[in-house]
Amino acid sequence: MTDKPKVAFYWCASCGGCEESTVDLAEAILDVAKLVDIVFWPVAIDAKKKDVEAMADGSIAVSLINGAIRTSEQEEMVRLLRRKSGLVIAYGSCAQSGGIPALANQFTREQIMRVVYEECPTVDNPNKVHPQETYVDTDGIGVTLPGFRNIVRSLDQVIDVDYALPGCPPTPKLLAEALQAILEGKLPPKGTVLAPDVAQCDTCPRKDTKPQDVSYLEFKRPHWTDMDPEKCFLAQGIVCMGPATRSGCESQCISGNMPCTGCFGPTSRVRDQGAKIISSICSSVASEESDQIKSVLSGIPDPIGTFYRYGLSKCLLRGRVDTAVTTSQSQEARK
Amino acid sequence: MANQEFEPRIVAFFCNWCTYTAADLAGVSRMKYASNIRIIRLMCSGRVDPQFVMDAFARGADGVLIGGCHPGDCHYISGNYKCLRRYHMLERMMADLGVEKDRLRLEWISASEGDKVKRVVNEMVEQVRALGPLDLPGRFADWDAEMRELDEKVQREHDGACEAHAAKETQS
Repeated sequence: MTDKPKVAFYWCASCGGCEESTVDLAEAILDVAKLVDIVFWPVAIDAKKKDVEAMADGSIAVSLINGAIRTSEQEEMVRLLRRKSGLVIAYGSCAQSGGIPALANQFTREQIMRVVYEECPTVDNPNKVHPQETYVDTDGIGVTLPGFRNIVRSLDQVIDVDYALPGCPPTPKLLAEALQAILEGKLPPKGTVLAPDVAQCDTCPRKDTKPQDVSYLEFKRPHWTDMDPEKCFLAQGIVCMGPATRSGCESQCISGNMPCTGCFGPTSRVRDQGAKIISSICSSVASEESDQIKSVLSGIPDPIGTFYRYGLSKCLLRGRVDTAVTTSQSQEARK
Repeated sequence: MANQEFEPRIVAFFCNWCTYTAADLAGVSRMKYASNIRIIRLMCSGRVDPQFVMDAFARGADGVLIGGCHPGDCHYISGNYKCLRRYHMLERMMADLGVEKDRLRLEWISASEGDKVKRVVNEMVEQVRALGPLDLPGRFADWDAEMRELDEKVQREHDGACEAHAAKETQS
């Protein structure tokens, strides 16, 4: 082994797109590999948990962890990586703010298990067998599965995180810039999100077509609308998360004639992306009458899924608040 | 139930020109109303960012009351309409996130309606009292208790390993 800085990648509750984006560095990954040692990356190299356990605490220069945290196994792995790493970067929307998996925070664990193992039309499970965390077979051999937590958490709700690289997935450009900054030791203050701190609208190629005053008589849905390829989506009455979303994605969706869905999360001045976009978009509904306002707003059928598509873990309410949690600990905590 | 002793905490965002003045009028007129509200004065109900409302809930408010000028009376012409539009979406979002409807309320109260402040506040306090505590900080702590199980397991294993190690030491 050389004395090049060590790097680890890990994958929690995510789709694999973040790993893909690392590979999207293309030939630049060879330059990266020249400068660092990748010591742990389950998707690409053969290193095991015990190999990480054997490393000295703090010996990994940086761990890039993608995915939200849903199981006890993920919790255990990220805690281990935290202990072994100098820097931990939450890589991608899921690690940064829960991402798509966090939309499950609208349902209880029991509801999810019931749908997945009983009610889903493609499931054939007449005995209603659900997975159990521990099972001992007739030979007395016990097997275990990781615990399925009550809610989905962002990485920083489980361990201390140094930086976040936003996006679904982050762009190769942002990753390259981040790695460069780490290698050169030019690190921003802890907690920084490693992307420009301005709104998406600010760098949008359609910025010039955004009217000073937008006024909505209705909200149109992208799949039912013939969208103008040049004009601001908001001016067309299509919900675009641009005003409440951080820039840095190189406007990929906009260039593909689709509105922003908010994957880069909010800027540093905003605490709750969904609340902020309500503030922006809903205040511009044309009507002044309650009934008409409600009718215009009904053009947004799923506000949580629209406004918190990538960040329900980081919503100030963290999810549906009337869901009961079921752990022995929580019942004790109540006493 | 325990609700007999429960005193709701309600955060009220009142606009400077109408509702806050009305609350002031209620005060100087010596009207009595429930002391469960904590009034925060803003220049306009249009300044009520939905983040304020959600943050109030997240930090332990049992209810949030927003008060502004009657339609057509806004000191800044249209701030109260902006508030109304945000409120209608916020209402739906709070329902989707499991916060009961009566915990969030918007009222138009003009500077001369001190009695309306009294009526609205008393009504809302009773409705929220009937719902019981929202206690989001407590619920969040409950949710996070499950992470302690792993902490304790790791600690037990660590202690076990230490003991085994110590036993080995004494043997040799």
